[in-house]
Amino acid sequence: MGLLGHVPALPIVNETIRNVYFHVPMWFTMFTLYIISVVYSIKYLSSANPRHDLVAVESVNVGIVFCVFGLLTGMLWANFTWGTFWTNDPQLNGAAIGTLMYLAYLVLRNALEEEQKRARISAIYNIFAFPILIVFMYILPKTTDSLHPGAGGNSGFGEFDLDGSMKAVLYPGAIGWILLGIWLMTLRYRMRKMEYQNVTATL
Amino acid sequence: MKKTILFLLLVINGLMCSFAQSSTGVEMATGLRSSGKIYVVVAVLAVLFIGLAIYLFTIDKKLSRLEKQQER
Repeated sequence: MGLLGHVPALPIVNETIRNVYFHVPMWFTMFTLYIISVVYSIKYLSSANPRHDLVAVESVNVGIVFCVFGLLTGMLWANFTWGTFWTNDPQLNGAAIGTLMYLAYLVLRNALEEEQKRARISAIYNIFAFPILIVFMYILPKTTDSLHPGAGGNSGFGEFDLDGSMKAVLYPGAIGWILLGIWLMTLRYRMRKMEYQNVTATL
Repeated sequence: MKKTILFLLLVINGLMCSFAQSSTGVEMATGLRSSGKIYVVVAVLAVLFIGLAIYLFTIDKKLSRLEKQQER
């Protein structure tokens, strides 16, 4: 469906409008994983159960992978529609800042030696990082002019999709990608849990 | 004199217009920009598949390392 389905014909984007089915779900998945991460960080702070901390870390780990996918696909798309891989667009820079923020979260974790302290501090950082990410990726781009569809001064593709045939492909696909992301996260969580149990058993 | 200058300006103007038209009429269709840029979508899909494959392989590696640890 993503490759053959009916899409609105637009200049410049041409057939690349089909990238909506692949580029956008990456960010949906990233946001879902980061929300899971925030929920488990809050849970960790109230319960001090190390397993909750492990879920939070692995959600961010997998979320960053999907974020990188989103950036790469977006850059490829931008190169053939805007003429360059990267423009200093508020939406793009916001996404870059968000990525760096979450990479900093992982660096912060590795920098702290003591286990409980690490879990506690990184949980607090994580809870504060998420609203800032929302501001950078949703609110700031909408207040200024942006090349990116859906941000300020440029309409999203939803307005060209008059009969909703694109939404009918996009949303099931997005659910699939989100479930794939959550599945990867649970796999990594289970591995991390085994590793954790091994480490605590040897101590 | 004035008439010739005016005439020349008109000619230049006309030429400019025709050049402008010809440059907008021709759309370079090379490489990934051909066939309605469908190959950009193909490239994006390739990036996703390769990326996912690499990621799954790293997870696989980590898991086999864990398995080794468990055996000991």
